[in-house]
Amino acid sequence: MSLDEIKIGGLGASRRRVEDNRFIRGKGNYVDDIVLPGMLHMEILRSPVAHARIKSIDTSAAWDMPGVRLVLTGEMMAARNLAWMPTLSYDTAAVLATDKVRFQGQEVCAVIADDPYIAKDACAKIVVDYEILPPIVNPVQAAAEDAIQIRDDKAGQVGNKVFDWEIGDKARTDKAFEDADLVSKVEMHYPRTHPSPIECCGSIADFDRATGKLTFYVTSQAPHIVRAAVALVAELPEQQIRVVSPDIGGGFGNKVPVYPGYVVSILASILTEKPVKWIEDKTGNLISTGFGRDVYLKGEMALRKDGKILGVRMNTISDHGAFFADAQPSKFKIGLMHSAFACYDIPTAHMFATGYYTNKAPGGVAYRCSFRVTEAMFFQERMVHAAADDLGMDQAEFRRVNFVKDDDFPHRTAFGFLTDSGQYEKCLNVGMEAIGYKDFAKEQEEARKRGKLLGIGISTMTEPLGAGNSREYDILGIKMFDSAELRVHMTGKAILRTGAKTQGQGHETTWAQIVAHELGIPAEDIVVEEGDTDTAPFGMGTYASRSTPVAGAAVSMAARKVRAKARKIAAHLLEVSEEDIEWELGRFYVRSNSDRGVTIQECAMAAYSNMPDGMEPGLENTAYYDPPNLTWPFAAYFCKVEIDPETGVWDVLQFVAVDDCGVRINPMIVEGQIMGGLTEAYAMANMQYQTYDEEGNCIGANYMDFLLPTAWETPGFELYEVVTPCPHHPIGAKGVGECATVAGPAAFVNAVVNALSHKGVRNIDMPLMPNRVYEALTTGKDVYGMPPVRSGN
Amino acid sequence: MYPSRFKYESPKTIEAAVALLDAGKGDAKILAGGQSLVPMLKLRFAFPDQIVDINNIPGLDYHRFDADGSLHIGALCRHEDLEHSAEIAERQPTIAAAAPLVADPIVRTRGTFVGSVCHADPQGDWAATMIALGGHLVVQGPKGKRTIDMKDFVLGPYANALNYNEIAIEAVIPAPKGVARGGYLKLERRVGDFATASVAVALDMDGNRVLRAGIALAGVGGKTIDANEEASALVGHDLTESIIDTVAAAVAAKAEPRTDHRGSSDYKRQIVKTFVKRILVAQIAEKVA
Ligand SMILES: Cc1cc2nc3c(=O)[nH]c(=O)nc-3n(C[C@H](O)[C@H](O)[C@H](O)COP(=O)(O)OP(=O)(O)OC[C@H]3O[C@@H](n4cnc5c(N)ncnc54)[C@H](O)[C@@H]3O)c2cc1C
Repeated sequence: MSLDEIKIGGLGASRRRVEDNRFIRGKGNYVDDIVLPGMLHMEILRSPVAHARIKSIDTSAAWDMPGVRLVLTGEMMAARNLAWMPTLSYDTAAVLATDKVRFQGQEVCAVIADDPYIAKDACAKIVVDYEILPPIVNPVQAAAEDAIQIRDDKAGQVGNKVFDWEIGDKARTDKAFEDADLVSKVEMHYPRTHPSPIECCGSIADFDRATGKLTFYVTSQAPHIVRAAVALVAELPEQQIRVVSPDIGGGFGNKVPVYPGYVVSILASILTEKPVKWIEDKTGNLISTGFGRDVYLKGEMALRKDGKILGVRMNTISDHGAFFADAQPSKFKIGLMHSAFACYDIPTAHMFATGYYTNKAPGGVAYRCSFRVTEAMFFQERMVHAAADDLGMDQAEFRRVNFVKDDDFPHRTAFGFLTDSGQYEKCLNVGMEAIGYKDFAKEQEEARKRGKLLGIGISTMTEPLGAGNSREYDILGIKMFDSAELRVHMTGKAILRTGAKTQGQGHETTWAQIVAHELGIPAEDIVVEEGDTDTAPFGMGTYASRSTPVAGAAVSMAARKVRAKARKIAAHLLEVSEEDIEWELGRFYVRSNSDRGVTIQECAMAAYSNMPDGMEPGLENTAYYDPPNLTWPFAAYFCKVEIDPETGVWDVLQFVAVDDCGVRINPMIVEGQIMGGLTEAYAMANMQYQTYDEEGNCIGANYMDFLLPTAWETPGFELYEVVTPCPHHPIGAKGVGECATVAGPAAFVNAVVNALSHKGVRNIDMPLMPNRVYEALTTGKDVYGMPPVRSGN
Repeated sequence: MYPSRFKYESPKTIEAAVALLDAGKGDAKILAGGQSLVPMLKLRFAFPDQIVDINNIPGLDYHRFDADGSLHIGALCRHEDLEHSAEIAERQPTIAAAAPLVADPIVRTRGTFVGSVCHADPQGDWAATMIALGGHLVVQGPKGKRTIDMKDFVLGPYANALNYNEIAIEAVIPAPKGVARGGYLKLERRVGDFATASVAVALDMDGNRVLRAGIALAGVGGKTIDANEEASALVGHDLTESIIDTVAAAVAAKAEPRTDHRGSSDYKRQIVKTFVKRILVAQIAEKVA
């Protein structure tokens, strides 16, 4: 008799997270928990100003302090060819500043001392003489003809432009606009924000002179990429580099890049021959590490009277900070911005993107999103909202008219992606029903008569999750596949390792569920290990919702290879030929006599004790998985708000989230991911941004100014599911980690704008702080958070 | 957290604490709840030589109403003690309304009322409340005790009228004439945020007639704004919507908000006006019933 899959913790079981056992007991093992004998501590001196030439650096007083072992400057790094390092976008970034500082918080010096107090005291003793230069804090200033050049270190650099890039069919799109009955236009800014994991970045470099081996503990979402980077930058032989990502306290994209602190701690360990620990503080994390967004849009839509979208134009201008350090597939300069409008059937589209350097922190740029998909979907849904309003058409109906239909898959999008599955209209209907959509217009009308302002907002989108496939997606040339290695022990228990790295996603729980599904081994009998490059197979790490689509698929494939071998063992044990064997969950049996069978555990024992003649012993295998396509989850979100007209404060009355992420491995974890993502979406819509004053001072340098919402103000979310399995994933799963952060913000903003539409308001830039809402409400005008930026062409 | 080096003492009596402050000659700091001082140590905005922790001094963690109706709050009474006090809820509406809006629940378990008043943060909630209530502080120094009226206490941002060797040991709110009424409203971006603008209103009333009125503001000036003079226009009058409008406008004019990323100065004045009105309108006799 087949096992009950839910009982053994297989697919669909809302199994409790095994990692929580140690986390809620305070027994996690983070980089800062690791203490090595003789370990020294490193502190970084950061630039207090946004733009300045370094005239001199005097470190003598720091050197003189008892307990100080080493003080490193940019000049000393330069002597070892380490003052600059390559970024993930083929640019260079300063490790320690030599010529200039280019953003507030940039790394200038490092002090290595016996304890962190001394290191910090010594930093305060370093005297840097800065010649202040005019700061550039937005692309308007960066593009000005007389603008000072930020990257005067780069030969051939013209002005402050990073790139011009375009995609789509310009001629055809221009024609669509000529033929349009109506052109809808909007401009907006998606403000800069920060992933802000609770654990900041940090590392311990432990170089052993005797063995020549470097062990590097680091807060990385992609430990294998770090090993590759260290091998290339520090020119250490790869077999002598072991990178360990222990428990990670959140990543959200912030822990993909390689940061100066990592590089400096490695050099410091080599020079001092001691382990060197560097733990960033919160301010350091907020002002210097990978941010998200900071993109301006000018969007235009060509429309037919009946509501059909004929074409789309997007002009984006992005602010990259001092170095072009976006973590993104190398083909695309503005990430996957061109995934916009993937859920709509649109004949033609064109996008022109321009990037600028500014005196702000350099990017990571993907904050819980696949390479700018968040901006793409936000812009899409804000443009859709404006277009429906301009047409005088119902928001839901406008979407319905333009959706790709269920039987139109596979569908080539206007920008060239291939979507493969979905039930968009069904999701829309589920959401409309749940929020009471059809009665809302009346409700709103009546409320307005009583002086109350109600609004409803919709956001629907499909997004590309789970890069690669290797044809199109690589980072610095390394293809974006992933891997899993499964080793079944003789008692039928197992250890699974993957090239991904969990940071809260629950891999230790869900990977075991996939193995349980494939092999019938109870999930609790499977240990999952990730993050040690000496033991785990090579993989590109966890970000961009890629773990389940890529590493998770590899887990399935590795388990299937193991099952194929176990089948041969079963045939041997049952003394029949392999063709006569059938499989049911956890057991092989003889087709003609289902009572005669062996369990997977019996096969495992035989693999070590009674294998067939000529068969290799053991029961293990490795799979490298290169997905044929991205996965395409769908989200339909509905938000209802009420605005206090005297203060501009808005409250969420109801929020409905319908998610179709294909087959759900662990529904509880999926819901947790959606809840968390919606909370972050609410944060960005309501309060959170990383802003700078005219002098380039970062305003959000701590948690009193950079706001994370708490359970107190975060609204409740009602979740619904629709399941359209992914046609190419071995278990039909799609990515989900980012759907809610991506689709969420537009639902909130569309709701607030809807509440004010009768005043003529079409746009308020995020965050929708009460003062901005009040301004829109009282003036009837759009509110921009930043000066509108003219497009680059 | 890696503050600069300091000495730490935890005296058992007020006298011993005062002696340590005196010996410190201005470089010693009291640690009460630590919810403002510790963040400043962490950021190295404060770097005292000596920390004088008063948490082990017995007998300071009280709040009580005396027979005459005055309210006394000891130096170690925590925000949450006031938030959860049934007596405060019944007898002191302004404090009852403000307490749950101060910081967040975690901070409220440690932060003290008196410490907050001493800290004199222009965005702090309790200094504004104390000014509106016309309270005073009892302070003790090497030469004994004295009292300082709230109207004279806050000198500027983070500056108060204490000498370096004095401890505030108690906050006192005088007994109301008639019935104590009032409220507190605050615009914040999320729980635990300091005020974008907040308004403390304290009234003593006889039926619908105002016997005493106090209003103070936080977040809308370089220091806590004392609008008691503007509020006094209510005294001797019945609360009506028209007098409320006049006073709300006058209080908003008294605010000195700066335009910043939380909003324009006009917007913040609008919030002050709205909040003053909302609190006062809610006190109109027939609405209270
Ligand atoms: C996250 C966070 C959010 C916050 N939000 C708010 C908010 O919304 N509204 C608000 O009003 N406050 C807020 N606070 C501050 C909080 O209310 C503090 O508790 C309060 O300001 C100080 O009280 P304390 O007992 O913690 O004082 P401490 O931090 O111990 O001391 C503060 C200062 O007062 C001095 N001091 C303390 N007690 C005495 C005394 N008895 N005599 C003389 N001097 C003394 C100290 O030397 C120090 O200079 C917040 C704090 C945090 C950490």
